[in-house]
Amino acid sequence: MNEREFSAGLKAGTSIAIGYFPIALTFGLLAKTTGLSLLEATAMSIFVFAGASQYIALSLITAGVAPIVIVLNTFVVNIRHFLMTAALNEKMVPDDRWKKALYAFGITDETFSVLATQKNNKITTAFAVGVITISYGSWVVFTSVGHLIGANLPHFLQAAMSIALYAMFIGLLVPSMRGNRKVVSLAVIAGAINSLFYFTSWLSTGWAIMVSTLASAIFIEWISRKGVKKS
Amino acid sequence: MSSWYWWMILGMAIVTYIPRAIPLTFLEGRELPEAVQNVLRNIPYAVLGALIFPAVFFIQENIWFGVIGAVAAFGIAIAGANVMIVVLGSIAVLAIFSGFL
Repeated sequence: MNEREFSAGLKAGTSIAIGYFPIALTFGLLAKTTGLSLLEATAMSIFVFAGASQYIALSLITAGVAPIVIVLNTFVVNIRHFLMTAALNEKMVPDDRWKKALYAFGITDETFSVLATQKNNKITTAFAVGVITISYGSWVVFTSVGHLIGANLPHFLQAAMSIALYAMFIGLLVPSMRGNRKVVSLAVIAGAINSLFYFTSWLSTGWAIMVSTLASAIFIEWISRKGVKKS
Repeated sequence: MSSWYWWMILGMAIVTYIPRAIPLTFLEGRELPEAVQNVLRNIPYAVLGALIFPAVFFIQENIWFGVIGAVAAFGIAIAGANVMIVVLGSIAVLAIFSGFL
């Protein structure tokens, strides 16, 4: 394992760790009020490591929904990761399958976003492991802390920190948008389609993100291909 | 919670792992058609657009949190700051904003 790459990964993942902090804390707290023990709440963060799915699971447990339905729902919410890891694979340095199978566990919307927008053409396994380690650490530790202290951050801080992950997405996107109309179009079109799904409730969030991403990516590729043929 | 909880955790662990692991392991060492590669290269920026919009506006019940937070984040990022500054700066702006409420 390349230590310098690993440290660079830890550093690149710090903004994810900050963004996960209030969400994990609240998750731990909600898990407690849902009736989960410290062990049960922490175990979900350790083994599932998927924010949205875990929150949904809590509300479904409260609603008395059958566990199998909760599992199926989790799958639907996470289908979009097929698309993300397929895209990420293009950027990763080739490595042993077992190593890739290990770090694959740590791919979330956030770790994917940080990894996929790195300036380097190829990303090493060590760098990815660094990004994942600090993100996963934050998620698991602050889930426990939230359950243990059983109280939330002061409201003003909780409200202010809820921007963190979106600010990170914006901070990752903007530098690539500079002077690159293709990147701007990709983001704007996907955001517009996703908003359409949101306001019409045609698709649930998991599907909406996947369909709008794919539609935008294919549309822009089709347009740029036509442009090349014409010129 | 009883034993069903642990079976549910196991199920959730499996179904979250599958979409993460299959592409990364199955596609290792495989060359995809060029058109597919190009579409995959577009994915990160499209994903970011879809992750940001419209969810950024609904981080709190008061929509102004999202609007001001998004404007702050875009402003700081366009000014050329790195990701960490964008994150901390946006949090600071909203912390100050909530002081005025």
